[in-house]
Amino acid sequence: MQKPRIRWHIAVFLAPAVLIYTSVMIFPLFNTLRLALFQKVDQERVYVGLENFRTLFFDPTWSEQFWNALANNFWFFLIHMLVQNPIGIALAALLSHPRLRFAALYRSAIFIPTILSFVIVGFAWKLILSPIWGIAPSMMDAVGLKSLFAPWLGKEEYALTTLAMVSVWQFVGIPMMLIYAALLSIPEEMLEAGEIDGVTGIAAFWKIKLPLILPSIGIISILTFVANFNAFDLIYAAQGALAGPDFSTDILGTFMYRTFFGFQLQLGDPHMGSAIAGAMFAIILVGVCLYLFGIQSRMRRYQL
Amino acid sequence: MKSKFMLAALAGTALVATSALAEDVTLTVESWRNDDLTLWQDKIIPAFEAAHPGIKINFTPSAPTEYNAVLNSKLDAGSAGDLITCRPFDASLALYEADHLAALDDMDAMDNFSDVAKSAWQTDDGSASFCVPMASVIHGFIYNKEAFEELGLEVPTTEEEFFAALETIKEDGTYIPMAMGTNDQWEAATMGYNNIGPNYWNGEEGRKALIEGEQKLTDEQWVAPFETLAKWADYLGDGFEAQTYPDSQNLFTLGRAAIYPAGSWEISGFNAQADFEMGAFKAPVKAAGDSCYISDHTDIGIGMNASTEHPEAAKTFLTWVASPEFADIFGNALPGFFPLSNAPVDLEDPLAKEFVSWRDDCDSTIRSTYQILSRGTPNLENETWGASAAAIKGTKTPEALGEELQSGLESWYAPQQ
Repeated sequence: MQKPRIRWHIAVFLAPAVLIYTSVMIFPLFNTLRLALFQKVDQERVYVGLENFRTLFFDPTWSEQFWNALANNFWFFLIHMLVQNPIGIALAALLSHPRLRFAALYRSAIFIPTILSFVIVGFAWKLILSPIWGIAPSMMDAVGLKSLFAPWLGKEEYALTTLAMVSVWQFVGIPMMLIYAALLSIPEEMLEAGEIDGVTGIAAFWKIKLPLILPSIGIISILTFVANFNAFDLIYAAQGALAGPDFSTDILGTFMYRTFFGFQLQLGDPHMGSAIAGAMFAIILVGVCLYLFGIQSRMRRYQL
Repeated sequence: MKSKFMLAALAGTALVATSALAEDVTLTVESWRNDDLTLWQDKIIPAFEAAHPGIKINFTPSAPTEYNAVLNSKLDAGSAGDLITCRPFDASLALYEADHLAALDDMDAMDNFSDVAKSAWQTDDGSASFCVPMASVIHGFIYNKEAFEELGLEVPTTEEEFFAALETIKEDGTYIPMAMGTNDQWEAATMGYNNIGPNYWNGEEGRKALIEGEQKLTDEQWVAPFETLAKWADYLGDGFEAQTYPDSQNLFTLGRAAIYPAGSWEISGFNAQADFEMGAFKAPVKAAGDSCYISDHTDIGIGMNASTEHPEAAKTFLTWVASPEFADIFGNALPGFFPLSNAPVDLEDPLAKEFVSWRDDCDSTIRSTYQILSRGTPNLENETWGASAAAIKGTKTPEALGEELQSGLESWYAPQQ
């Protein structure tokens, strides 16, 4: 019997990626989950089981903040799904129009905000919307809409929606690019065949292109979901760790940061912070699984 | 044989090294005040070294946001400096309890400080002090003198006069009456609630009663400041809800606002930015003749690493920090950070002088939420930020805010239960 050859090259080629990924991703992730099972009592770290999660979900002072952050997170996600993705698809459809001039210019202009840092975006929009120095009030004044202007970022009822819109502005380029690529991959012959059958213009989009790009839309939705539930930077840059006014823009990311690292006089609590991080991980995991097994696997695919 | 020889040689070098150190001790100072690096290098260190030959000081600051974490890991690793700049309250108390900071009660120089000054660096029962108080910041209001002259306004001393002045400025319309926003929330609590509040809860008396559980945040004296804050809203600029801290600073230094609810740390920045003459007044009292209280908040202290190799030299330095000579250098180099020692200090900056003069007429206290009360969850200080902002915006009633804060405090603080 011949001894099976050990294929060393597989291990050698995999090793760098596995090692790096394990040390910077997998190990910290599991260590964070482990940390959530401990609590500091009298300068000693003791194992407390799921006690931190019980506190997080059932202690009124914690659960109120947690549910508030989770609800805000869902609202943040909903705005992205309802505004960012339809606009992204519409822009892609326009850009893929063969007779559109300056398409490359529009494409770059819309995509550029995506590569900007959150800090720059947060700061720039804070200035634009500032009731004191901002250009928003004077621009609205110029078209006679001054009465509609409000200090949006400072009002409980508008702040989160405003920030979600800013985030939409920043990231609308991503769905646009993905859909644009999907639209370009639709063969001309198929559209021509449709034309012969009398499906043209808008009807061609709804009846031919949209069904073909549905898998891309699915991927975009799940990317949006993961990105939104991990969001932190924009809120932190614009509103600070207290996610004001009155926690109306507090999402899971800022809640976790505040708890983990502490804030002002509040000392950091790595164990409760890890518990929140664990809850975030679970929410995202469940969301992604629901999508993968519930929707993605049942989606109809067409061989192009 | 060989290893014994090596040991002897090592011991020999060690001896040589210690004897060299005995001649010239170098003390390393840990600090988050990297803004003060030139002050230490040009003024404080030369002055100390001139008077104390044989002791050298090495000032090694780190970034303010990283200081606590950096210091903790250095202390755990045993590589921290001999002298440690102390954050006020719980951060330093935790270091003392972990035996990283030495008790300093046996130092005579500690008698140069009042109890309020020492309160930020003491155990809860006040039995042990572990840092020499260096500086405090005082709250009050800075105003645009030219605007006040233009409108014929007098400096208000009572609340009635204060609101009358605001009303006059508002009617005139040239200036925004008061520059403050609620976007960042902390100004509302720090420059609002804890600025005017001590006059309501009688300074230390109320603050201590709250800690002991004799008063509640729902009591009249703790709710009334919120009622007063609610009246501020009419006199803040348009869109104050989204106005940030730098916005407010700029509005005032550009001469667009007449009054700025302030902490004294603003002084050097404002001196550099504003091209008009500024004055300051303390938080107005309710009725003329009432005794006044000011928030004279302890902010910086300095202590000794419990495992330092040169405790004597370190104590020599700390004694000097407690002396009037240090207070004089520090107070004048950083107008707005006031030395805490009982010895009078001659300040040159007129605005700083005005602030510090209130210590003569009024009783000092510190911010009500800082000692002990912000140790649990929910954190009273952070809650007070939100509550003060909500009071100004009028989104909640003062009574509801008092109840919210009280129930939060009661949930973890035994004396209030």
